[in-house]
Amino acid sequence: MIKFLLKGVFRDHHRSFFPAITVSIGVALTVLMNCYLTGVFGDMIDINAKFQTGHVKVMTWGYADNINQLPNDYAMVGVDNILNNLHNRYPTMTFIQRIKFGGLLDVPDENGETKIQGPTMGMAVDLLSENSTELDRLNITKSVIRGELPKKPGEILISDDFAKKMEIEPGQEVTLLSSTMYGSMAIRNFVVSGTIRFGVTAMDRSAIMMDITDTQSALNMENATGEILGYFSDNVYDNLRAETMAQEFNTEFSDPNDEFSLTMSELKEQSGLSEYLDYANHFLGILIFVFIFAMSLVLWNSGLLGALRRYGEIGVRLAIGEHKGHIYRSMIVESIGIGIIGSILGTIIGLGFSYWLTKGIDISAFTQSSSMMMPSVYRAVITRNAYYIGFIPGLFATVIGTMLAGIGIYRRQTASLFKELET
Amino acid sequence: MENNQIITIQNMAKDYPVGRGYFRALDDVNLKFKQGEFTGLVGPSGSGKTTLLNIIGSLDVPSEGKTTVLGQSIGELSHKKAAKLRNEHLGFIFQTYNLLPVYSVYENVEFPLLLLGMNADDRKKAVLDALEWVGLLDKLKSRPAQLSGGECQRVAVARAMVKKPQIVLADEPTANLDAENSHNILQTMEKMNSELKTTFIFATHDDKVKKYLHRKISLEDGRVVKDELIERTN
Repeated sequence: MIKFLLKGVFRDHHRSFFPAITVSIGVALTVLMNCYLTGVFGDMIDINAKFQTGHVKVMTWGYADNINQLPNDYAMVGVDNILNNLHNRYPTMTFIQRIKFGGLLDVPDENGETKIQGPTMGMAVDLLSENSTELDRLNITKSVIRGELPKKPGEILISDDFAKKMEIEPGQEVTLLSSTMYGSMAIRNFVVSGTIRFGVTAMDRSAIMMDITDTQSALNMENATGEILGYFSDNVYDNLRAETMAQEFNTEFSDPNDEFSLTMSELKEQSGLSEYLDYANHFLGILIFVFIFAMSLVLWNSGLLGALRRYGEIGVRLAIGEHKGHIYRSMIVESIGIGIIGSILGTIIGLGFSYWLTKGIDISAFTQSSSMMMPSVYRAVITRNAYYIGFIPGLFATVIGTMLAGIGIYRRQTASLFKELET
Repeated sequence: MENNQIITIQNMAKDYPVGRGYFRALDDVNLKFKQGEFTGLVGPSGSGKTTLLNIIGSLDVPSEGKTTVLGQSIGELSHKKAAKLRNEHLGFIFQTYNLLPVYSVYENVEFPLLLLGMNADDRKKAVLDALEWVGLLDKLKSRPAQLSGGECQRVAVARAMVKKPQIVLADEPTANLDAENSHNILQTMEKMNSELKTTFIFATHDDKVKKYLHRKISLEDGRVVKDELIERTN
């Protein structure tokens, strides 16, 4: 009997091929949507963590209070000691120094006179030490557009867009005008070793990247830094863990009355990311729910139509002597089979497209005027739930649709079969 | 079953709800059918032919009176038992054939036997026998869409007969067929009736069918107005 029913399913494309294709498309869209939205929101968080906030950030109270002004006069001094203590206290985490500063970049002509001058935002990271983790973290090596990475002190990278605007070519000398951590003027010449694309609109507009030691020297910040960023070993932000860490750290070291006491902030508490993260989680949840619900309705409807189309066949089977429960169960088994096959196919297709989208979609053309720390390339991320989320609309909706349609079998009056089957 | 009586209908009535009241489709029907009858229910539309066929076929239940088919009281059967009765002892033939379009001729005829749980060898023999009866052994693998109307109805007859039911109920089996095909079908059924002693009960308007009947029960407004045995004039 099973073989007989299977033959019917495979031969009748309206019962097998078309429902399976409908389920596959619905499931593939659900998986792709889930991966892409997770990727988009994850990218925003990730890029903030890498460039700006870390998973946790250690600063002085004064620095944290005035963080928008990049107040290096509140920098931490004795960084080596602080880093050692942090490494000892949190051995599984990576801690790195960062200095951010503002300034003017002066481009001289062949006579040494100012040709072009423009405001710049500087970011100092460890570019030159052998065991630097920053090159990988910020994907610097692959982001160089022209020229090369700094190989010795006195060399800097400049955003490619900014370089074009300032008519700077790799190898050219520029002058940085900024202020030291003690408030006096800092002037230092650097050679532009290469241009870089940060992939962050706000930085691509006017940023330069320097080695941390060069910056400390230029800004009179020897053994001092504005920020120490901490990253979890798996590079995935865990809000609960970060919150606990920050709470413990602050209880021990933080004193709001002492501007130079240390304070730790988790990613979520910085740059308005708390609201963003909550918004992102809710929005992602709502989007995925709405999408799954819509797909469920489509597939449910497909199950209903499938059962209605087979009204005549079911009538004959009832008249021949198959009982209602047997027909109902066989339809549900069929829909489970179609649901599973469609869900597996759809999940594979959805994951395939998602994998392709892990390379990302470049939206930089739409974000040129944005000053938000947002990525200019949005990528899909294949998370664990991408492997099963498609089964919710794919399997359950199909089966529920068939079950509801099948109720008609129980309500059907066998007394009217002759009349029904003769129309 | 006394005197080979396989169907007994006593004081049977059937009401259908219409608005706040009831419409009496059958009234005070008393009939007995013996094994091997070739009987027609005749009468105008709305006279109750199909309703009577439904009740005998355990597709419906009487509102009053008692109907016994093969010793089982139709009004007291559960859905499951009614399905079992249909599956094991009754065959149905419809005006529009109602073959399953995705299955071959062989598979359409095989289907009732699968429901009976018959083993593969017996099934094959029974299907081939039935198709030989209706002269369709050369169309085993054809699908219904590839057959003519007459051939489709022959498949339907084979499907009804394959399990060798004691009773075959046919509602206007020749209404969609031309004269030649109608006669072929009726001759096939007549042959089965005489050789297998299967009881055939038809609901029909068709004069071609009436010529083959051994017994004609005339219905009007739900009542049996005439029940006559017919002398065959071949």
